[in-house]
Amino acid sequence: MLQTISLLMENKPGALMRVTNLLSQRLYNIESLTVARTLDPTLSRMTIVVDVDSTLRRQVIKQMNRLVNVLQATDLTEAPAVSREMVLLRIRVTMETRTAILKEAEIFDARVVDSSVEGFAIEATGDPEKLNEFIDVMRAYGEIEVTRSGMVAVSLEAKKLKLSAPVPAGAEASLQPVR
Amino acid sequence: MSLQLKLGNGENQQMPTLMSGAKILLECLVREGVDCIFGYPGGVTLPLYDAMYDHPIRHVLVRHEQNASFAAEGYARATGNVGVCCSTSGPGATNLITGLVDALMDSIPVVAITGQVTSKLIGSDAFQEADTFGITRSCTKHNFLVKNIADLPQVVHEAFYIAKSGRPGPVLVDITKDVFSGQGQYAPVSAIHLPGYKVFTEGHTGQIRRAAQMIWEAERPLVFGGGGLVASGASAELRELVEYLDVPAVLTLMGLGALPSTHRNFISMPGMHGGYAANMALSNADLLIALGVRFDDRVTGRLSAFAPHAKVIHVDIDPAEIGKNRAVDLPIVGDLKRVIGKLAKVAKELEPSESGKNRAARAAWWGQVRSWQEAHPLVPATSTSEIKPQHVMREIDRISCGEALVAVDVGQHQMWAAQFIRFNGPRQWMASGGLGSMGFGLPNAIGVQFGRPDKLVFAVVGDGGFQMSIPELSTIASYGLPIKIVVVNNGYLGMVRQWQELFYNNRICAVELDVFPEAEKLAAAYGFKGRTVDRVEHLSSALEEAVKEPGPYLLNVRVSPTENVYPMVPAGAALNEMVLEPPRPVTVPK
Repeated sequence: MLQTISLLMENKPGALMRVTNLLSQRLYNIESLTVARTLDPTLSRMTIVVDVDSTLRRQVIKQMNRLVNVLQATDLTEAPAVSREMVLLRIRVTMETRTAILKEAEIFDARVVDSSVEGFAIEATGDPEKLNEFIDVMRAYGEIEVTRSGMVAVSLEAKKLKLSAPVPAGAEASLQPVR
Repeated sequence: MSLQLKLGNGENQQMPTLMSGAKILLECLVREGVDCIFGYPGGVTLPLYDAMYDHPIRHVLVRHEQNASFAAEGYARATGNVGVCCSTSGPGATNLITGLVDALMDSIPVVAITGQVTSKLIGSDAFQEADTFGITRSCTKHNFLVKNIADLPQVVHEAFYIAKSGRPGPVLVDITKDVFSGQGQYAPVSAIHLPGYKVFTEGHTGQIRRAAQMIWEAERPLVFGGGGLVASGASAELRELVEYLDVPAVLTLMGLGALPSTHRNFISMPGMHGGYAANMALSNADLLIALGVRFDDRVTGRLSAFAPHAKVIHVDIDPAEIGKNRAVDLPIVGDLKRVIGKLAKVAKELEPSESGKNRAARAAWWGQVRSWQEAHPLVPATSTSEIKPQHVMREIDRISCGEALVAVDVGQHQMWAAQFIRFNGPRQWMASGGLGSMGFGLPNAIGVQFGRPDKLVFAVVGDGGFQMSIPELSTIASYGLPIKIVVVNNGYLGMVRQWQELFYNNRICAVELDVFPEAEKLAAAYGFKGRTVDRVEHLSSALEEAVKEPGPYLLNVRVSPTENVYPMVPAGAALNEMVLEPPRPVTVPK
């Protein structure tokens, strides 16, 4: 089943590869993956939607938490969370259908971001099901081209972030307990 | 001069000094306490080797990079310190990989330094370029690519910290040639900060308390210990715990030596080729005190039938191990040395009155375990007409008196060695447990001997694995390492043949090693002594002669070609369905 994972990780080269390798080595298919830096530019927030056998979900989270660059991995699949996705859609229109399309867009709270004689570019956000419906409706009006952002999710629970403290460098480092 | 940079901690900050990246690397290695590097030079590491020219750090030149990583592992396994190996870019780096994965599977602290092509050339298919950083992501606990000299000291110390802390493992640092040869300001790094790298050491106090209660309440408790005990250095604490609680203990292949093999509470190794009593104890216990084990399929047999009556207390430093293979009733995440120490203390605090100690049940349990041991003890096969491989192990055991360090290869001989060679303590037994890498034994013994130069070191290898790493005879001769190489030579890839006999209708395919070099001549070609024995009456004296020899010795023992390893739990069977003897007389076609 699809699992939604939220990751807080260091914004470093290779960090993304470690996460995707962990999934691809088990041949788990990634449905979507978004990543962007956080308010702290040294960190990134990643939302992954991935097809994982439900019995292995906890194990996948543990494996992600084990990655050195990952500060926190959270399973949002069944946790209180809000998730959104954005669609950018281009549609070719005829003069006759322009008004109808604009009305449909309004119903879905979508915004026209570009308009030309050939058609519109429309932006819509929402949960993935709503966007699927929007795309279906638009398809009925003509040829469309769709780019989806992939899901971003935020947990509604405040989960305390536990970070490790610095340790001395050198031969004595291992003697230093961390937490 | 270079050693002056060795600082106790960061308090007396030094003025930055202009140095080459190669020198900075060596200074960082010295600060990490590294005294030797197993390596093989090449194009992009030339600046590093140039810096080694007048540096006190010792470089051991192996004959193949794979053996550099195996030797570094051997050093780490024998000493508990981080083993270091080094190779050039491209083929050098790819050759290291088997040893890195081996270290990953067995949680051995290794730092691998690899050269990389000049940063500007990365991605241009330059000569000897390979994507080492990408390739080794899943072969290491963590890896780094250094393209900027300013990052180098921090990264090297982070690599060592990650390798040796928590659940140990291999860490690779890929360094571009321009970083080695460039100049940078070096000041010793005082601290490292890895905010997302969590090490859980202490163990949850409440959980430890509950564990102590469960142990007192159990009627048939069993300690099930593994490599984590060795990694953590928890032998003394383990011994105190099992003696105080008087609980029987089984130790996995990776855990051998965590308790002395002759300790009265130690039953034997469990698993596919484990002892009858150990497997029966696991199958009948009502409580497993699982310490630093990962419930590997070679130990559990059919997982659904493993320890079916037992509740499980699982102590491990890696949270990802908890519940990975076997559901756990009481997890404790922490360092075994600390957790076992606390567990013993809490168990004493909670010691019930005489009536609450389950005395009768515990005595019956011990009686049962002893009766299993007596019914089917592990007894080495012997013969007067041919040398039985088990007999070779017993002879090594006799000469070792539990004191020698033994590096084995992979296969039948490995199992016989595990069954019949005894150890007084941890870090004496070097075996590729998780990955099962053939070719491991000989180069591993090199690292072991460098780590413990005062000790008698055996490389006990099969004729297959020996021939995989035969070039290292040159290294052994070159450094005059007094390793006693015992080739348990049955002329077969015996373990594969055993499976072909038992599970593939005796269709023996691609396992005959019909040519083996004459040991005496082979050793003499490298300038040391060697001998072949094929008669039982010569075995003892030949082994004694090997041990008396001050230098290396190659002893090729021609053993029974058709002997198979028993007991055996067939793949997919439960532990208590183990087969104790060969099912029928086996005929192997010539």
